[in-house]
Amino acid sequence: MDGEGRRGVPETPFLAADLEHRLGTFDLRVSFNLTSPWTVLFGPSGAGKSTILRIISGLIRPKSGKITLQSHAILDVKTGLSIPAGKRRIGYVTQQPALFPHMTIRCNVEFGLHSLSPDERRQRVTEMLRLFRVEELSERLPRELSGGEYQRVALARALAPEPKILMLDEPFSGLDADLKESILSELTVWLAAREIPALYVSHDVAEAYQTAADVIVVENGRLEVQGPVHEVLAPRRERLLGQLGVINQPTPAPVPDESQTSQLP
Amino acid sequence: MDTQALWLTLKLATLTTFLLLCVAIPLSHWLAFGKSRGRSIIEAAATLPLLLPPTVLGFYLLVLLGPRTAPGRLLIHIIGHPVAFSFSGLVIGSMIYSLPFAVQPLTSGFSAIAPEVLDAAILLGASRLRILAEVLLPLARRSIFTAAVLCFTHTIGEFGVVLMIGGDIPGETRTLSIAMYDQVQDFRYSQANHTAVLLLGISLLALILVYGWGRQARRA
Repeated sequence: MDGEGRRGVPETPFLAADLEHRLGTFDLRVSFNLTSPWTVLFGPSGAGKSTILRIISGLIRPKSGKITLQSHAILDVKTGLSIPAGKRRIGYVTQQPALFPHMTIRCNVEFGLHSLSPDERRQRVTEMLRLFRVEELSERLPRELSGGEYQRVALARALAPEPKILMLDEPFSGLDADLKESILSELTVWLAAREIPALYVSHDVAEAYQTAADVIVVENGRLEVQGPVHEVLAPRRERLLGQLGVINQPTPAPVPDESQTSQLP
Repeated sequence: MDTQALWLTLKLATLTTFLLLCVAIPLSHWLAFGKSRGRSIIEAAATLPLLLPPTVLGFYLLVLLGPRTAPGRLLIHIIGHPVAFSFSGLVIGSMIYSLPFAVQPLTSGFSAIAPEVLDAAILLGASRLRILAEVLLPLARRSIFTAAVLCFTHTIGEFGVVLMIGGDIPGETRTLSIAMYDQVQDFRYSQANHTAVLLLGISLLALILVYGWGRQARRA
């Protein structure tokens, strides 16, 4: 990262992180700046992606490091600064988002809005439920929802307090491709309208392409490369297309299965 | 039927259950979520009354709470009279004796809550007290109920600790089980039988309540 935007204009990063952490034998050392409104943290399972998100969110305290969010330091191990997780204003939807099982959908979305007045709270909850098209489910319990509805409510709950950044840790991995695509496209539009940047963990090339994002590739706890998706993931995309028989086949390729290729841009 | 002993026993069981939950909920929360290395030692100490003969526990409490030890003298100074052979002594003894019956189900209940649920509450800015009141306690409500029923029933039926600490003072320390012991000693078998049926009924009712709630919760 050179600290300059695509047009050569210096950009203040939404988030700057310089982290070192050790979990057993796993050693994490990464340093990156987020300047794109949508950044994909890409890498294989066990690369350290979720650990990075948990450190940024404040759920894990790293061995050393510094994090700046929207120009404000939220962590500096050297000086002992560590803003508590609940005060960092970070929306975080985990791989298995856990709605509060004993609360209705309305109460779940309302949970993070305790600083608002009752009227504002009601208004915000209604707005969020409508936005994620779960308004009619407001009095249901989480166990009565389908997978897609559950994820929508988890997003509504994470975004209701208007976070400074949204972090998503493969929250749609259990959903079918169509549903995932529909939620992702709506979410990107909504976040762009509110200027909320997102950091999205994925190991799916198609997903990264779909969001036209900046990509940070992490492997074995180290940052491999960072840049626009078309530059960073092009070799992986070609390899994947080759494996699917779309390009570079020495023999006449069989007609590819539409359900496989339609996910790739 | 010794109605005085019945009311004293119910009063003792209710007070013990209430006070024990006040102590056991924060203790179990710490055992379930704390990161201190001393947890195993505290957990073992909290489970010890389960294995220790009640008379041994009663004997040590009698010595500890009596005027021969510094803690005993301090306690006498605070409450103004010796704790041994008093209702206060019975409450303290019952709380220690029933501690594992509260701590075990509560710790299991808290530990069964998905860490993601706790993380979500933290990230949404809830204070520790709010997380406890609005997330952990409602989710562990079945364990709290089980702990309360077990403590209540266990206190109703205790004998060894009560006899060692409280003796047999009518209206002050004579509980149902002590009254039943007296009835048998005096060959009043019919009265002893009534007391035994009552104690048996209370225990059975408590177990039906615990299992009934469990079945209801599984169906929900």
